[in-house]
Amino acid sequence: MSTRLEKPIFEYSVPGRGAEDQWPRDCGDAAADLPAALRRARRPLLPEVSELETVRHFTRLSQLNFSIDTHFYPLGSCTMKYNPKACNQYAMLPEFLARHPLAPESVGQGFLACLYELQEMLKAVTGMQAVSLTPMAGAQGEFAGVAMIRAYHRARGDLERNEIIVPEAAHGTNPATATMCGCVVREVPVNAQGDVDTQALEAAVGPKTAGIMLTNPSTLGVFERRIEEVARTVHAAGGLLYYDGANLNAILGKVRPGDMGFDVVHVNLHKTFSTPHGGGGPGAGPVGVSARLSPFLPVPIVGRRGERYGWLTERDLPQSIGRLSGFMGNAGVLLRAYIYMRMLGREGMPKVSEHATLNANYLLARLTRAGFDAAYPARRASHELIITLKRQARELGVTTMDFAKRLLDHGMHAPTTYFPLLVPECLLIEPTETESKAALDAFVAAMSEILTEATKEPERVTGAPHTMPVRRLDDVRAAKQLDLTWKPAGAHAIPAKS
Amino acid sequence: MSNVPSDLKYTKTHEWLRTLPDGTLEVGITDHAQHALGDLVFVEVPEVGRKLSVGEPFAVVESVKAASDVYSPVAGEVTAGNAALGSEPEAINSDAYGKGWLMRLRPSAGGAAPSLLSAAEYEKLIAEEGD
Amino acid sequence: MAFIPHTREDVESMLAAIGVSSIEQLFDEIPANLRLAALAGVPEALTEMEVGRLMTERARLDGRPLCFIGAGAYEHHIPAAVWAIATRGEFYSAYTPYQAEASQGTLQLLYEYQTMMASLTGMQASNASLYDGASAMGEACLMAVRANRKSHSNRILVPTTVHPHYRRTAKAVAGNQGLIFEELPYCTEEGCIPVGSLARYDGQDITALVIQQPNFFGRLEDVDALCDWAHARDILVVAVVNPTSLALLKPPGEWGAQSANQGVNQGADIAVGEGQPLGVPLSSGGPYFGFMATRLEHIRQMPGRIVGRTLDAAGRSGFTLTLQAREQHIRRAKATSNICTNQGLLVTAATVYLSLMGPVGLERVAAASHARARELVDALTRVPGVRRLFRGPVFHEEAIALDRPAAPVLEKLAARGIVGGFDLAEHYPELGPALLVCATETKTSADIDRYASALAECLREARAA
Repeated sequence: MSTRLEKPIFEYSVPGRGAEDQWPRDCGDAAADLPAALRRARRPLLPEVSELETVRHFTRLSQLNFSIDTHFYPLGSCTMKYNPKACNQYAMLPEFLARHPLAPESVGQGFLACLYELQEMLKAVTGMQAVSLTPMAGAQGEFAGVAMIRAYHRARGDLERNEIIVPEAAHGTNPATATMCGCVVREVPVNAQGDVDTQALEAAVGPKTAGIMLTNPSTLGVFERRIEEVARTVHAAGGLLYYDGANLNAILGKVRPGDMGFDVVHVNLHKTFSTPHGGGGPGAGPVGVSARLSPFLPVPIVGRRGERYGWLTERDLPQSIGRLSGFMGNAGVLLRAYIYMRMLGREGMPKVSEHATLNANYLLARLTRAGFDAAYPARRASHELIITLKRQARELGVTTMDFAKRLLDHGMHAPTTYFPLLVPECLLIEPTETESKAALDAFVAAMSEILTEATKEPERVTGAPHTMPVRRLDDVRAAKQLDLTWKPAGAHAIPAKS
Repeated sequence: MSNVPSDLKYTKTHEWLRTLPDGTLEVGITDHAQHALGDLVFVEVPEVGRKLSVGEPFAVVESVKAASDVYSPVAGEVTAGNAALGSEPEAINSDAYGKGWLMRLRPSAGGAAPSLLSAAEYEKLIAEEGD
Repeated sequence: MAFIPHTREDVESMLAAIGVSSIEQLFDEIPANLRLAALAGVPEALTEMEVGRLMTERARLDGRPLCFIGAGAYEHHIPAAVWAIATRGEFYSAYTPYQAEASQGTLQLLYEYQTMMASLTGMQASNASLYDGASAMGEACLMAVRANRKSHSNRILVPTTVHPHYRRTAKAVAGNQGLIFEELPYCTEEGCIPVGSLARYDGQDITALVIQQPNFFGRLEDVDALCDWAHARDILVVAVVNPTSLALLKPPGEWGAQSANQGVNQGADIAVGEGQPLGVPLSSGGPYFGFMATRLEHIRQMPGRIVGRTLDAAGRSGFTLTLQAREQHIRRAKATSNICTNQGLLVTAATVYLSLMGPVGLERVAAASHARARELVDALTRVPGVRRLFRGPVFHEEAIALDRPAAPVLEKLAARGIVGGFDLAEHYPELGPALLVCATETKTSADIDRYASALAECLREARAA
């Protein structure tokens, strides 16, 4: 990692320079036939730079980042596992890249076969009856799930059901999704052991219940042990169960949402199936459903007629909740997940959850021994664990945020901080199965060192980071004095070609 | 310790009310609330003439870490919104009961008496929340 | 296997540290009756070499036909540097930049992207991207409802010249929140919205008008008149634009001929579109990215990540996510959207692409595409039985009418290695047999000749049959 700041690319710009070898040949003012009133008057503010300047600028920017390829990255709830290089290389074969989304099915049989088989594998690992691959992220998968639940109730004339039950520990997308689907959110509490309070759930369900959104293992890093009772309660009230696949890595090949009683599932391919996070996307959030929800799946879906693969659209599924993207979701992400799943195979999948769980419980044991407090000491960790620094914050005046920033100085990305909201001063740590014991030991050593430092020299911790390209940033200034675009000094517009 | 002036009325949702000489009411968020939110970066106040019912959200206050609705403690019609907060939201942090007022409203006649807290009751409420 | 580095000794010492005798014991909180005995339905593992062979064979099946479809996804030349940079592990395998100090690369790149997109669209601010163009249009309609305080109807006027998939997506994304989408008919001679046809909405409460430029048929709408009509009635304007075309066409931020003089806001209120043409390969439909830009007055209603420049504790300039209080992880049920991610990797590609193109290169791409499309349609309409469908200017695609149903013709062309266009029959049956065809700077005169003679042959065969 570099600590040398890089100036904005616009400050390299010189009028008249450009990466001309990358441009098409000049064809004069070929657009002279366009009406003048519809033409652009001034050129946009794009940099005029050479190819080398461009490559050097963005390479230098890349070196200001932490990433999985360069650093331990134990972000809880994000499953930052290694992204195999083969998945990228074979998804970027020239034929796949060149294929137009609206090209006839006859020139897409190879691509469609991969997607069809991916649907089949996702059915197998989730225990669901049908799958649609189109949702472009976990949040869109959630949206599709809740929209299908609403459509199901409506199709039965059950128009009053608009309440979605969400445990108070849930990820913020769950309530946001319910709102986007025109539903009302009812939160239910979680007991001291991290399980849903089933009495409160009994009281919450009724004739207005559309469904419940659950993550299992939950966002508290523990398995919801009374899941069957939860399923019975919600189903008895006429509601459906939605499974948020955020934590599927914990149970892959061990237990399936369909067997737990869930009616609809979304899977985060960018977590469990190792597609890249790309600095915040693209993701992919395919949805799987039980038979009664399958007429409502978002389109398109890949079908098979004899030996030929083809698209199923609104014509084939008239009750579908519709299209969620212009074409076929994040197709290239789906190919990467397909390649990864084929490489894991049926024997590799349970190994993933086993070693993810082993790593998390190992970290839990070692961190507890090093003097940190587990949020749920009586419970097994799932594939992630929570420690709370409430005691350290009170006794030493050093917060979770300070620990997180100081970890950066140790060359490790911080775990998720202050989530779940229920646990004060928490760190949610997810090592994933692709990290070695040595990497975990180094993390424990770093945490112990910071703890010692916090007692002896707390200002080193509260002032961290010290070795990053920048120190802590002023968020208040960023929000108050909005600076969202670069502006030239003494700005004057560049006139368009006359 | 939060500042809770004894001459004001309060709500459970951390708004304060002051009765002005002309019978209109001035409303803002309490010192306790501004402290919990942190440095405010944006405030949206209601337009004059807007009719509000009890408990209706009338303003949004936003800090770096939270955005909260502010609820009208009484029913009535807005007579003024504190436009100065647009460029100076930090006035709520520095002077929650003075320059940080959010709106003034004329209470509607004959409305049910709202359930408001005295300063002592509000102090008790925030002491309990702190546990 | 499974990219797991543990040796047997590692596992044993880790189990000992935990105090359990086997990995199985770590799963003892899961009720036994729920446990899966074996994972049926997933094939056995493949090695990298085997999966490489499989994928290469599948790719070969699809081949590389000559492509003349646009309809929302456009084949442009992508400089080699674009994906060489985007697939660097430091960009490719990083997460959303929550720890700003360890993510300055991604954050600065997003700030540069926001600058480029704001300028390209002529708007004041851009977000860090949304999923794709179609879903961005749905989000823009939701945003318009939040931003237009003067309207209470939630009615959105959407011309049928807007991409049919976009219209369906917007309905799926936004329909659950009570938005009412009303379709505006187009003129079948011109393939555009006649401004006069809007008169029947005068005096009604309308929240927003969506305008796609160039529209789905490639035709240019009278954006100035449409924008003025809307603004005079307190209707917000949502522009759906092609980013390449903006090198030549008036940006949405400057739409509206008279409004500047009347003291009302000039330009569209929200501009969205599909970012794919900016360095992202067609790849069967994704991943692409949606862009969204707006005026500062509406910024708090905008969904998605936004990056701002600020100062660090030492007073140096740095970048961070800002205005996060609008987002789902803080606002929960009251968030502007449930969106968590942007399409960071694609935005990385687009930012490198726009840097390499610059204002002059992008203008050349747009002009060359326009010229090739004209050449293509001139060549195709010389084929007997083929004519232009609409009169008036286009950007880089155009609708043509055939004298017989398009679907069988397209199949015949595909068998000759040509993807001949988008069949308009499903969405616009009133037009009769018709194709939407596109050419960009990637097509040569020889490619165009090849298509024209193949089309002539296919039509001859069809007539003979």
